[in-house]
This record gives sequence, C-alpha cells and structure tokens, in this order.
Amino acid sequence: MNRTKGDEEEYWNSSKFKAFTFDDEDDELSQLKESKRAVNSLRDFVDDDDDDDDLERVSWSGEPVGSKTRPGSFQSLSDALSDTPAKSYAPELGRPKGEYRDYSNDWSPSDTVRRLRKGKVCSLERFRSLQDKLQLLEEAVSMHDGNVITAVLIFLKRTLSKEILFRELEVRQVALRHLIHFLKEIGDQKLLLDLFRFLDRTEELALTHYREHLNIQDPEKRKEFLKTCIGLPFSAEDSAHIQDHYTLLERQIIIEANDRHLESAGQTEIFRKHPRKASILNMPLVTTLFYSCFYHYTEAEGTFSSPVNLKKTFKIPEKQYVLTALAARAKLRAWHDVDALFTTKNWLGYTKKRAPIGFHRVVEILHKNSAPVQILQEYVNLVEDVDTKLNLATKFRCHDVVIDTCRDLKDRQQLLAYRSKVDKGSAEEEKIDAVLSSSQIRWKN
Amino acid sequence: MRYIANLVNADKMAGRTRKYKVIFSPQKFYACEMVLEEEGIYGDVSCDEWAFSLLPLDVDLLSMELPEFFRDYFLEGDQCWINTVAQALHLLSTLYGPFPNCYGIGRCAKMSHELWRKLEEEEDGETKGRRPEIGHVFLLDRDVDFVTALCSQVVYEGLVDDTFRVKCGSVDFGPEVTSSDKSLKVLLNAEDKVFNEIRNEHFSNVFGFLSQKARNLQAQYDRRRGMDIKQMKNFVSQELKGLKQEHRLLSLHIGACESIMKKKTKQDFQELIKTEHALLEGFSIRESTNYIEEHIDRQVSPIESLRLMCLLSITENGLIPKDYRSLKTQYLQSYGPEHLLTFSNLRRAGLLTEQAPGDTLTAMESKVSKLVTDKAAGKITDAFSSLAKRSNFRAISKKLNLIPRVDGEYDLKVPRDMAYVFSGAYVPLSCRIIEQVLERQSWQGLDEVVRLLNCSELAFTDMTKEDKASSESLRLILVVFLGGCTFSEISALRFLGREKGYRFIFLTTAVTNSVRLMEAMSEVKA
Repeated sequence: MNRTKGDEEEYWNSSKFKAFTFDDEDDELSQLKESKRAVNSLRDFVDDDDDDDDLERVSWSGEPVGSKTRPGSFQSLSDALSDTPAKSYAPELGRPKGEYRDYSNDWSPSDTVRRLRKGKVCSLERFRSLQDKLQLLEEAVSMHDGNVITAVLIFLKRTLSKEILFRELEVRQVALRHLIHFLKEIGDQKLLLDLFRFLDRTEELALTHYREHLNIQDPEKRKEFLKTCIGLPFSAEDSAHIQDHYTLLERQIIIEANDRHLESAGQTEIFRKHPRKASILNMPLVTTLFYSCFYHYTEAEGTFSSPVNLKKTFKIPEKQYVLTALAARAKLRAWHDVDALFTTKNWLGYTKKRAPIGFHRVVEILHKNSAPVQILQEYVNLVEDVDTKLNLATKFRCHDVVIDTCRDLKDRQQLLAYRSKVDKGSAEEEKIDAVLSSSQIRWKN
Repeated sequence: MRYIANLVNADKMAGRTRKYKVIFSPQKFYACEMVLEEEGIYGDVSCDEWAFSLLPLDVDLLSMELPEFFRDYFLEGDQCWINTVAQALHLLSTLYGPFPNCYGIGRCAKMSHELWRKLEEEEDGETKGRRPEIGHVFLLDRDVDFVTALCSQVVYEGLVDDTFRVKCGSVDFGPEVTSSDKSLKVLLNAEDKVFNEIRNEHFSNVFGFLSQKARNLQAQYDRRRGMDIKQMKNFVSQELKGLKQEHRLLSLHIGACESIMKKKTKQDFQELIKTEHALLEGFSIRESTNYIEEHIDRQVSPIESLRLMCLLSITENGLIPKDYRSLKTQYLQSYGPEHLLTFSNLRRAGLLTEQAPGDTLTAMESKVSKLVTDKAAGKITDAFSSLAKRSNFRAISKKLNLIPRVDGEYDLKVPRDMAYVFSGAYVPLSCRIIEQVLERQSWQGLDEVVRLLNCSELAFTDMTKEDKASSESLRLILVVFLGGCTFSEISALRFLGREKGYRFIFLTTAVTNSVRLMEAMSEVKA
C-alpha cells in the first residue's frame, strides 16, 4: 500500500463511503484499522519516553517502532514526495476491497422493478441476501409484469441453489407459474422435472416426461422412449392410455415393415390395386384399424395386422369396429363383406340384419362410396324410424322403398309428389300408378 | 432465439462474418436476452424493438395481434403481456383523453388495470385537464365467457372467419369462391360497401340481400341502353367504376356464400347447430353426448370434436366421470394417443373437466382443509387448481336471461335482441354483462352473478370525477377483450349500440374463434 495521508483522509471522508462511528455495527474489522490509527497517533506523544527505549515495540505493520524510516501507512507529506517512499506489504485487516462502492447502484427493490418494467439495463447483482432477493421478487409480482417476474427469476435461478429456490417458490404461486413456463420455454427439461418432483406434482411430472416423445422422430427410438413412460405416475386411466400408445406403435412398426416388403415384392393384389399413400406409423388407432380392414381384412386373429387382433388387443367397442370396417369395405366396394358385417344368425338359424350404429349411418356411408341402388335400397329398408327412412329413400332415389313406405303410411300426397320426380314412362312410374289406383288402400290424404 | 443462435453459430463455424439485427415486436423479453447471452451471440447481434401495439382492423376494431396471449396467460399463467396491454391503454388514453369511467371483470383485467394506473401515475400530466373523448372503458377476461367463444358463428362475418379464416382483417378466397383459377386476398372492412351491409346480418338474410343487390346492379347497368352520347359519357366517367367495383365485390361475396353453404351442407351443419343449442339451453343432454361420441367415432374433425366436448363440459359443470373417461378414450383412439397432453391442457384451463364425486362446496372445503393440516404443500396447489372454477353456466344463464323465451318464430330479419347472432337461441354472456354494467353504471345488483362467475373481488369500477365529459363522449365505449374476441360478439355489441344509442370501439388482444381457441390448447399440431 502506498497511500499518502491526504489520500487516506479523502478516502475516509468521501460521501460515498459511510463515515465511521463507534456504533457502526457491521464494520467490526474497520474498527481495528481505526484502533491502529488511534494507537499509532498516540505513539507520537509517548515516543520520547526513554523508559521504553530498550523494549522494541513493533507497530501493526510489523516494523519496529522508532526505526529510522517512519513505519506504517501514515507517512508525512514530505515522505510521500521523496524519491523512495517506504512501502508496506504486510496484509491488512479490513473490509474486502471489492466492497468499496465506486459506482452508484442504490436502487431499492421497487425502483429496480420499475426500471426493469421499462426495459432498462439493471444489474441485480447487489441483491445478495436471501431476504433482499425475496423482497425483489415480491415487488416484481406486485407489479404484475410477467417479463419482470421472469427477469428476477432468471437471476434467482442463477444465484440460488435449486433446493432453496424451489422451497421459496413453493409458497409463491404466481412466481412459481412463471418459473415453470420459463423452464418450458427454454427447454430446461431436467430442472423442470426436478421441480415437479420437489413439489410432488406427480402427474405433471409424468406428462412432462411423456411430452418429450414428440421430439423423437425415429420410430424405434420413440417406441423405446414410450416404454420408459409406462411406469410413470400417471393416473390409472392415463397409464392405460400410455400402455396402449406403446403397444400401438410397436404393432405399427411391425405392420409397416411387413407391408412395405409385400408392396415392393409386387405379388399381393390389394397392394397393386390400391397402392399405399402413406405410412401407418404414428397414425391413430382408428386409422390403423381402417388400414387393417382395408389391406388385411381376411387375416386370422393370430397375425398382428388382422383387424380382429387389433379389436381384441385394444378393446375396441363393437360400434367403432363395425363403423370402421364398413367404411373400409365400402371403399373397396366389397358389398358381400358389408353384408356379412350385419348378418347374424339367431339361435333358430335364421339370419337377420343388425347394426350397432343405426342403419341410417350405414346408408350414408354406402352412398358416400357410390354403392349401387339395389344395395342402398336394401339398407334403407332396414332403417327403423319411418320418417328417416322416407327421407333417405327420397334423397337417394330408392323408388321401391318410397313407394312401399308411402303405401304403408297411406300417404297419397307424398306419393303423388314423388311421382312428379320420377322419369316418365319408367317402371317406377308404372308401379306408383298401380299403387295409386289400388282399391285396397284407404288413403288418409 | 435458439433458431437465430444456431444460424449465427453456424456462420461462425463456417468462418463467415456477417452483421445481424434482430427486431423484437412488440418488445424484447429478458428471457430472450438470456438465451442470446447463453448461446454466446449476445455481442454479435444488435437488437431493436418495434413497439407496435395497435393495429386498426376497421373503423371500430383495434387488434393487438397477440394470439399467443390466450395460451400464455390462460393456460400457463404467464403475465408477460400485461405490460403490453397497459401500454396500449396508456397510448389510447394519451390520444383520447382520460377515461372517466372504467369497469372490469377478471383477474387479468384487474392486473392490467392496476399496472395501467401505475403507468399513468409515472407519466402524469399528459392527460390532465383534457376533455375525455371516450366515456367508458370495459375490461374483460376471455375466461369469464368461454361459452360464446366456443359456439359456431352464424353472422356473416363470423361465418367467413369460421370457414375461411380471417387474418389481420383480410381473407384468402380460393378459386371456388372467385370463380376463376386464381385465389384472391380480400380486405374485409367497412371500406367494402357490400361487406359492410351484410357483415352483421344473420346468414339466412345474406343471400336474399345479395340477390336483391345483384338485381339492382343489373338494373343500373341496363340504364345505359337508353342513354345518349352525353349521358353515356357521364355514366362511364362517374358511375361505371363504382358499379364495376360493386359488381366485383358482390360476385365475391356471393361466391363466398355459395362456398359456405356447400361446406355446411356437407358437414350436416343443421344437426350440429341443433346439438349446440340443446347444450346451451340445457336439454337433451344425453342425446347431445351421443352426438359428440358419434362425431368422434367418425373422425370428423379433431378440433370440432374437442370444441363440442368443451361446450358440453362448461354448460354442464364438467362431464360426468363415465362420459369423461369414455369420450377421452374414444378421442385418443380416433385422433391419436398423444392428445393425452391436449386433455391435460384443457383440464388445467378449465375448458374440459370432470365432475368430482360429491362436487359440493362443503366437500371441497373439507378436502382442502385436510390437506392444509397435512402440510402437504404441493398437494395444496393440486387441490386449488382442481377447486378452480365450477362453471355455473346454467345458474348464470337463468339469472341473466341468456336464453330468450320466444312466442312463435324468432324473426331474424328484424332482430329484437342480441340473441340473433346465435339464431335467437342464446344471448352472448360477455355482451349481456357489458349491457347490464353500462345500464347500472356499476356492478350494483350483479353480486350474485359475479360470484357465480368466480369473480368475487375481481369485478371493479374505477370512476374519476370528470365533469368535463361531454354527453357525446359518454356514449362512446371502449371494450377491451383480454384473450380474444369473436366477430359474433362484435356484431352483438354493434346491435346493442344501435339499440341504446351507444357506439362501441373494440380493443382485443386478437380476433378469435372456436378453432383458434382449440388449436391454442392442442399440444399436438393437428
């Protein structure tokens, strides 16, 4: 240290630095310095006491008192101006050098937060004590600006251990929400999972982990990842869904590999006639079922690609199954298969048609796939609700059904109206006339 | 930010030196700065901010173009946009004088209002002593009324948005509409005279109106037959351009109508609307649920199926557990297992929930108090989030008369109330609230409604003693939708304005509809 007395005075007296008082509680170490100064200045007065001459007194600086060159850091001005000023290298006890404030940064938490809201540069470094940090956070939250809250959280994340951070945020809902969103946005998966684990938010933990699968493109890798999701703390229902997801992808990988092989071999008729437009990987279950009903309808239960196998494995309800199978077979115009779907034998051996989805739906799907009128007609006839039946029959021009239904309803007006829509001289026109002129029918209108 | 960082770092690796400028709009977030710093490119890019906050989409519509607001705030609870809203309000108050009367409902409304007031205090003096030009400001959170946002729209402007997707006040009409082989981007606002006349009309009126107009136009064209040279010259220079313009617009809108009709017939729109109305009115719930189930089974549309489920959930205070489980399973089977995440989002946002067994207030209270004594702090948050908001739609609907009682047919040509925007079946809740508060100039008498809306402590009035407000300005009302607003609500309020002699100006964080709402909640890109 090479300070002149003048420098010292200036330093001590500068307004930036708190003046020393005896009740300066946080400054015990600086008291030592002050004591040293007091002691050394006293020596000036007691110096010519000869009694103490033979005892070598050592000053704080380590140099003997009374030695030729004046020791210590308190050198006179003349000494300072001399060519070889004496230096003192011994370590001194005092406040850390870094704490001397040489720039103004006195903003209170509320001022800081206000500056942050305006987007101004603001160093938060001075908020070092936990108390200060939390006060800053509180100010930020009461300002309502999420950007400011996040800025403070970024600082806290950097300067607090995660246990302390988590513990403090656990009881501060608004700040907690912001931290969670922030971690999601920057993709800090690890810390996010740690946080959920700490908070014992098991379901969110599981979901966050599961979400990662969306970032894995390779099917095999994704399948392996899904496997790791199965044991996670989902709710009971969700666990089943995760299991299904894994199983589905597993099956799809097998089917895809197999079918691609079949397709390229070029021997299978269905693939030649209807080349595949897309891969089955990552498709929903119903789509996979449709695919299976389209390309693998007749396969036995044993194979992974058979519809029946899918139905069993995933417990697909009858309604859904019939709907999908119908759509697939109708698209292929396989009317016999459609027929078979709805035909059941009762215990007496008689066949009858049943549909878990309502025959009006069946008719619509058939019509969408341009089924021939005879087929359509057959199913329109099976529609239970008479009004719906008549509507559909009229819409799809199933003449026989219209005529028969009108006759059954004894509705002459309706029949007459329909007559004007049919072709002149056609068979149906003839039939209508026959019915109209029948004396056995007691028309209601 | 990471994308930008990758670009810059790739250049650095390849030894390319370039200058980079990043422009943030409307503002730069601290999180962005952090990423730039982390990626080591903070010094390599210069950053600018373009504080664009308000886009006038029409003479009475201002948009902040922040569609992300809805998800960020209502799903994630992130308040990052509240400052942006406060700034926008501040800008408006600087331009149009102080606002003497301010009302609001919702947590976000309250926070935005508080922050806005703080801003005004900090930069005071600018509005003091000025004559106010806008008499009332109304702030509303989107989650005060999810129902309206989830309904199918049937006023022309809403239908166009639902069908073609309006972006920033303009729409892309494809070849099927333009009757040519090209697509056309059309600006839809009051400048389009044809559009302006039909935009708020119920769709059933539009076709008739357009054909009448087409006939008139033809008659005008035909006038030229009896003209002499002088008249013809006049006609060509003065009128022809306008007629041509009108003709072009007419044919566009007729084309749009035809396209809409075709799509709706294909979708069996009739059946869909019937189901929606049943849900709103509260009958045939079992049938409606079956309809939704079938809708899912047939894989009609992932967004639409979701929307219907949410509508059912909100109107019925959550789905019964059996239905929730079964519909969820079927949804995952029809549209993909990854939608497990979507369901989690919807549950968190309160859009699609399950009725808890013993779902009475006392049961909830005892559940929560037990957890407090258990000191399972984390579980408290779970409990609170599940406690969040029972919907109470039926009770609110009754109290506010949202379902009009009609004797005979509801006349859509000459509507008598705001319910016309939903074919007479339902008055939009948000609009009704605004109507009631404006009538009372306070929340007086609406305590029960506010409580049912789960907004106790979150409905406020802020009146500054302002004797300078002219009666003219007191008729001008600025409505601020936080989280988005639909064209149906805008049409309904325009109607209210005409009825009561008000003029409404709309400020929204973004224009929205049921599709956008569902997409925002979807974790998987459909």
